[in-house]
Amino acid sequence: MDVRNLTCIGCPLGCALKVEMENGEVLSVSGNTCKRGDDYARKEVTHPTRIVTSTVAVTGGDIAMVSVKTQNDIPKEKIMDIMKSIEDIKVEAPVHIGDVIVANAADTGVNIIATKDIKKVG
Amino acid sequence: MSSYDIVIIGGGPAGLAAAASAKRNGIDSILILERDSQLGGILNQCIHNGFGLHTFKEELTGPEYAKRFIDQVEELKIEYKLNTMVMDIADDKTITAMNRTDGLFKIEAKAIVLAMGCRERSRGALNIPGFRPAGVYSAGTAQRLVNIEGYMPGREVVILGSGDIGLIMARRMTLEGAKVKVVAELMPFSGGLKRNIVQCLDDFGIPLKLSHTVVDIRGKERLEGITLAEVDNHGKPIPGTEEDYTCDTLLLSCGLIPENELSRGIGVDMNAITSGPSVNESLETSIEGVFACGNVLHVHDLVDFVSEEAAAAGKNAAKYVQNNCTMGEAGKEIPIIATDGVRYTVPKTIHVNRMEDELVVRFRVGAVYKNSYITTYLNDKQIIHRKRPIMAPGEMEEIKLKKSELEAFGGLENITVKIEEA
Repeated sequence: MDVRNLTCIGCPLGCALKVEMENGEVLSVSGNTCKRGDDYARKEVTHPTRIVTSTVAVTGGDIAMVSVKTQNDIPKEKIMDIMKSIEDIKVEAPVHIGDVIVANAADTGVNIIATKDIKKVG
Repeated sequence: MSSYDIVIIGGGPAGLAAAASAKRNGIDSILILERDSQLGGILNQCIHNGFGLHTFKEELTGPEYAKRFIDQVEELKIEYKLNTMVMDIADDKTITAMNRTDGLFKIEAKAIVLAMGCRERSRGALNIPGFRPAGVYSAGTAQRLVNIEGYMPGREVVILGSGDIGLIMARRMTLEGAKVKVVAELMPFSGGLKRNIVQCLDDFGIPLKLSHTVVDIRGKERLEGITLAEVDNHGKPIPGTEEDYTCDTLLLSCGLIPENELSRGIGVDMNAITSGPSVNESLETSIEGVFACGNVLHVHDLVDFVSEEAAAAGKNAAKYVQNNCTMGEAGKEIPIIATDGVRYTVPKTIHVNRMEDELVVRFRVGAVYKNSYITTYLNDKQIIHRKRPIMAPGEMEEIKLKKSELEAFGGLENITVKIEEA
């Protein structure tokens, strides 16, 4: 049996959660004070996901960088692959909020989109 | 001299929401003065997500949240001046400002909304010993360099202070290839959200050392390293616990202070605990027609509440202008007493006759309280006794006061808000 210890992120209480697992199956969750802790622990030990936010260089814009995010959450272990996929990318101004910067980033099936408008200058 | 009904100082989330609200409440002559080259304030560099859950029921990044309010200001055709620094506000509400196209100029205002936001506590204010090399930044400065200007401040990083900006920057620097060696926190608990501890530190294996501080900074030209030490319960370093770290960058995330040089210049009464102006139920300062909202008033944790508060300030400023520059019959000014764990309240006083049907009173507690009660008294009569499983200094709390209840109470002298432990 495996034991995973987590901190619940549901509220400032930050319960210390203990998850008992066997063969990838959750046997029990303890240490939580509410249902949210149970839900969080089960998701976090089976398929943790994150939204990744970063920036991409812009040429010809009023600002040097455009902020971007993954349109949906991606598996946690893919965070660094997502960063790699935008490392060398340069986009040209203008950029609009919601523009797809990279489609299907790092084969996650999730697009990376702009989160800011960048005006073209000159 | 040009003149406006309402001039708003600052085009961040507070200024934008105040402007939109004033316009919707019937004022056409509004001007926003912003010192940066774009509207949106500090949200522009907060590229992480998690903004707007209360207001829009979805998680937005900072720039996306800002855009929603910038769009409102544009659609409402509200005037604004960018790259414009306000130098002074005189007590007759004449504003002196400057920019590169207009030079130094004056503007007359009937009402003013202070929305200048806050500033980070600097190294100078922290009294850290050691040399003064390049490589020591406030976390917010580093955030601006990375996210807006596209520069990495360094490669090997130590962060002092576990406020949310410090935690967010620990992740951001890591994602951009830096090695964040440790986050040190003077207090025995983190001031940041649990979510940020987990997703910004634990996800990347960055250690958090509670009850630790920086006791030495080394390097003549460029930062070469720092020394951490454990502190006792008075915050004093314990000899023998020193640990050296090599690093080229030290980020400071040690608290925010409302930026009130202009407010002090006009002479509004200040609240020593919030470092912001003291305001009444209308978010009006001690000077009539001068209102305050957002982080210049008290530092918030959620921008949603900044927008909400600023909308109230904008509405009240509109009311003041429409009422021929008065908020109407003053009536009795009732003080709100913050005590027993409640550090302050915003507002600090209430004219019951002027308040809205329901008034939100926001406050912070001074320590961590579990299973305790937020209680409120009108004179000696308890009217609110609400149990909270957890309260912490990092999370703003609120109560709601009903006008009808306050009006019906005969001989009201004061209102007390306090924490009662179970």
